Amino acid sequence: MIDEFDLTPNQLDALREIGNIGAGNTATALSQVVNKKIDMNVPKVSLIPIEDVPDLVGGPDAIIVAVFLRVYGKAPGNILFLMPKKNAFFLVDDLMGRPHGTTQELDEMDISALKEVGNILTGSYLNAFFHFTNISMVPSIPSLAMDMAGAILNVVLVQLGQMGDHAMVIETKFLAEDDSINGHFFLVPDPGSLGTLVKAVGVE
Amino acid sequence: MADLIKVGMADYKVGRSPSTLISYGLGSCIGISLYDPQRKIGGLLHIMLPDSTQARSSDNPAKFADTGIPLMINDVVALGASRSRLVAKIAGGAQMFAFSNATDIMRVGTRNAETCKQILRRNGIKVIAEDTGGNYGRTVSIDLNTGSYKVKTIDRGEKNI
Repeated sequence: MIDEFDLTPNQLDALREIGNIGAGNTATALSQVVNKKIDMNVPKVSLIPIEDVPDLVGGPDAIIVAVFLRVYGKAPGNILFLMPKKNAFFLVDDLMGRPHGTTQELDEMDISALKEVGNILTGSYLNAFFHFTNISMVPSIPSLAMDMAGAILNVVLVQLGQMGDHAMVIETKFLAEDDSINGHFFLVPDPGSLGTLVKAVGVE
Repeated sequence: MADLIKVGMADYKVGRSPSTLISYGLGSCIGISLYDPQRKIGGLLHIMLPDSTQARSSDNPAKFADTGIPLMINDVVALGASRSRLVAKIAGGAQMFAFSNATDIMRVGTRNAETCKQILRRNGIKVIAEDTGGNYGRTVSIDLNTGSYKVKTIDRGEKNI
């Protein structure tokens, strides 16, 4: 097994490129859903101490909306689409054709719509992944929570915590032209999956 | 102004009155507070997993209930607390996402809570209050002047246990 945390610069580049292609597809999908121009940054592939992960999204007590999907297949992992509460509410307004600021809390319909967005984004991400790596991955049904970032990230972190003290995250930030949508898309491969991914793209 | 001492995930801190120890955003994690009401000395531990023997090696004993709790007990005693007077309160252990086919790891919150109580009992420490389970996050803090353990949530208000 490749030691996860001992990747060469080339292998990191390869992972970043995989993330990039996935994210490009995902940004396009998001842009089509809300009919707005969506920018993304170059994905960050980072190995960070587990306890620092919540800082990526504003600290452990920041209130965020998260759509969570488990990914099954040869390289299992978790996908999280995270948005600050305000931006999630704007996105719901966009999806429902209401002016920004209308949504004050999420009802069943809103939750369902956000989950569907998570679904679409994940689908396009994994699809790109498949084209690049030939590893097919199947997402679970989406699940949604609105809560403190630390609490939400617990879900993936405990899993990684069993294997080590660090987390490898492939993260992309999305930003709409009018700043209304600002989300983070995280792929957190299970321990053991990174080796499979790196091998699949044939980088030594 | 009393100190506010932050306790990160998989970490613990000990202190004395008038400090307050706080840990933000617990999901399935558990915040375990220890307190000696007479000396007003206590500690707060934020564990992620129940059992270090089921995990691959880790450099961080504070990540697990079985290794973290004894460590914190030693430290509060070293600071001057009496072991026999120590009382514990625990909060956290939620399951954040509901899945019908939830794997064991998603139910880790429940196991965390059970294990914490077991280990505290084994160390002769009484758990006098508990706020665990549910599907929501918690921020916990212990006021070392009063021993009051505050549990804050985003939709369910806050309470002192």
